[in-house]
Amino acid sequence: MEQVFFWAFSLTVVVASLNAMLRRRPLACALSLVVSFVGLAGLYVLLGAAFPAVLQVILYAGAIMVLVVFVLMFLNLPEDEWSRRSDVKKERMWPLLLVAPLAAVLIGLVRRIELPEPAPTSPEFGSVAGVGKALFTVWSYPFELVSLLLLVAVVGAVVIAKKKLD
Amino acid sequence: MTVDPRDYLVVAVLLFSIGVAGFLTRRNLLVVFLSIELMLNAGGLALLTFARVRGSMDGHVLFFLILALAAAESAVGLSLFIALYRRKHAVEAEAVAELKG
Repeated sequence: MEQVFFWAFSLTVVVASLNAMLRRRPLACALSLVVSFVGLAGLYVLLGAAFPAVLQVILYAGAIMVLVVFVLMFLNLPEDEWSRRSDVKKERMWPLLLVAPLAAVLIGLVRRIELPEPAPTSPEFGSVAGVGKALFTVWSYPFELVSLLLLVAVVGAVVIAKKKLD
Repeated sequence: MTVDPRDYLVVAVLLFSIGVAGFLTRRNLLVVFLSIELMLNAGGLALLTFARVRGSMDGHVLFFLILALAAAESAVGLSLFIALYRRKHAVEAEAVAELKG
């Protein structure tokens, strides 16, 4: 059963991501990526990570992608303009020659990793309570730093997107 | 766990490679940004896989940190995108090539 779900979610994720990178219109790319992110959330559930899966759907497929679609609507370019400006040029395809061997080598390496048998997990594994406990005890310092990072990013975003820079 | 954890890592590698390919070939800066998101997600999947194998929840916390990082990055990246469009009416990566030697 788990195998079936794994293959279904993996296929969804990979096909949707490929589709996102091949589509010309940015809106199609963004929506395809939403599908990919929801599929990833399914994979997270299979890995016992319920809380990260929920975060993935709410934050990634929800908040961040809505922001992207919002920006697309904000610019309000006509559709043919988007297609023309998003054209992929033939002479820019050469990086694929580097990416394909990179992927092949990485997959070859990953398949040979010696992994121990997965440890049995507590019922707390991946729950809000479990992740929260780790976040506020062992990881409290990085957690506070992240709040600072978000503050700086929000102030920076407001300044950069202002109409006039003084 | 009946699925081999390495299979999850293979999916992560595939996602990362698709992201790199998009990052290097697409011209539209917004799609370049989406490629970066895809690569971040591949990293998250690998983290959660190792968290499952080790039975430790540190990977989940790191995933949370990646998510916060992606949110900060999207706020700054998208406002840069808007600023570029305001100044040059361009959405392509070629439009910002002044520093090219």
